[in-house]
This record gives sequence, structure tokens and C-alpha cells, in this order.
Amino acid sequence: MNLAQLQRKLIAAARANPPSQRVPYAFEKRILARIAARPIMDRWELWGRALLRAAAPCIAIMLLLGAWALFAPPPNTPTNDLSQQLEQTLLAAVDQDQPIDSAR
Amino acid sequence: MERTEAEMIAAVLKGDTASFEPLVEKYSPRLFATARRYARHESEVEDIVQQVWLKAFEKLDSFRGEAPFEHWLMRVAIRTCYDSLRAHQRNREKPFSELTEPEEDWLDRYVSQPDAADENAEAARQLVERVLGLLSPPARLVITLQEIEGRSVKEISKLTGWSVPLVKVRAFRARAEMRRILARIGKEKYL
Repeated sequence: MNLAQLQRKLIAAARANPPSQRVPYAFEKRILARIAARPIMDRWELWGRALLRAAAPCIAIMLLLGAWALFAPPPNTPTNDLSQQLEQTLLAAVDQDQPIDSAR
Repeated sequence: MERTEAEMIAAVLKGDTASFEPLVEKYSPRLFATARRYARHESEVEDIVQQVWLKAFEKLDSFRGEAPFEHWLMRVAIRTCYDSLRAHQRNREKPFSELTEPEEDWLDRYVSQPDAADENAEAARQLVERVLGLLSPPARLVITLQEIEGRSVKEISKLTGWSVPLVKVRAFRARAEMRRILARIGKEKYL
């Protein structure tokens, strides 16, 4: 079977039979009715909708963080305190040097 | 005195929606013919044309009036048809095992005597519809625009928004895809 020729024949068949231009009755009236029925949205309304949608997850996150802050156990050992750990690290060398200085 | 299209468009942009009606009336036949080239069923056609008009109304302020309104509208139409093809990509046409009797007869005639198979026959039209239905959306679009409607690569580029090299590549691939589909018919039916 010659595929190239079959392809040409089928394309020619499609060209020979252009689709109908028939339009359903009162189609333009329907389009105008659809346009008229469309909700008119301005920029502020879109913003308002977006903010309203974002409100629920924001409240949920706020409540979770509040609950965590309220019920999470406080740090029980002083070594957990980051500022203290930093201070100890920085002063470690000084602490080591102190006995030598005092001996002099 | 009859208003020009530019006047009607200006009136619509100022809020006179009724001025859109003559445009819908004038160009709907062309849009229906275009949509019928890509839709699988008549029920889809009306949805596509409706979408085209709603999009055209929404984007009317982007029409600058440099080219005729019809060209701008056709761009909206072709892109809407392409979107529709992509949306319905998963439920494309049935395989060739379900060819109708006239389609099979036409193919038999073509195989035995290629010149005797009349391209004006209804069966040939149905068969080409089926083959086009099996093509991927870009292939179908480019075959329809280039081979069936006889548009140039530049025109297709403007209509689709694809670059000229991309149109050429897609046209090449589309022809190859169509030949593969036709080869599959040959295998399924005659081997």
C-alpha cells in the first residue's frame, strides 16, 4: 500500500468536504445573554476574595502556633539555653587561662 | 448608516454590550466551520464557539485595530480549538478495528485500484476524520491548517503563536505521525 498516496488522497478528501457553516438558531442572542449574565468583577473584589480564602489557613496556623507556644514544655536544663552555650564557648579560653594568671 | 466594525468595537469597549451582537452574527458561521474541523462531536462545536466569543469579549481591549478584527478573532478561535483538543486528548477516537463498512470498502478499493478510490466519497471523508482524530493535538492542528486549509507556515505561526521553526518541526512530525497511523491501518487490516 502506497502510504504517501493514501495520505494525499485523504487530505484531498478533507479538502473536498469543507465543514458546514451552519449556526444554531438565535445563537448570537445566547452569546449576548451569557455575556450579560457574567458576574462583573473589579480588582478590589478579586483582592477581597483572595484575602478571604487566605484567612482560614492563616487562622489555623496561628492557632497551632499559639497552642504549641502554650503547651510545649519549657527547656528544663540550662545547657539548652543557646545564649548560655554561646557564652560558655566564647569564655572557655579565658576560663582555662585564669589559673595560670592567678599563679603569677 | 451602517456602523463600521471599529465603531462597534469602540462602543462595546465603552460598555454598550449590544454592539457586540452584529459581530457575533457576522463571524459565527466562520467560527462554526473552524470549530467543526477540530471537534469530535457536534455538541462540542457549540461549546467551543461559545468559548471563543466569551474570550473575544473579555480580551476585546487587547485588539489594537492594526489587523482586521477577523484575523484577531481567528487567532482566538484557533487557540481555543487547540485547548479543546488538548483537553480531550485522553478520549480520542477509537482504533481502526472499528472501521465502518463503507470505510473498509473504500480502503479495499484503494488497495486494489488506488486511482478508483474517489476522494469525494463520504467514506473517504469519514476515514480522514478518523485518522485526524487519532493524531496528537499539535499534529492535528498543523495538518488541518497547512494541508487541509492550505495556510503558509507564517500564517500558522501567527495563528497559533508558535515560532516559524516550531511550526516547521511540528508539520514534519505531524506528517510522519499521520503516515504511522496509516501504516497501522495497513498492518491491522491487510497483514
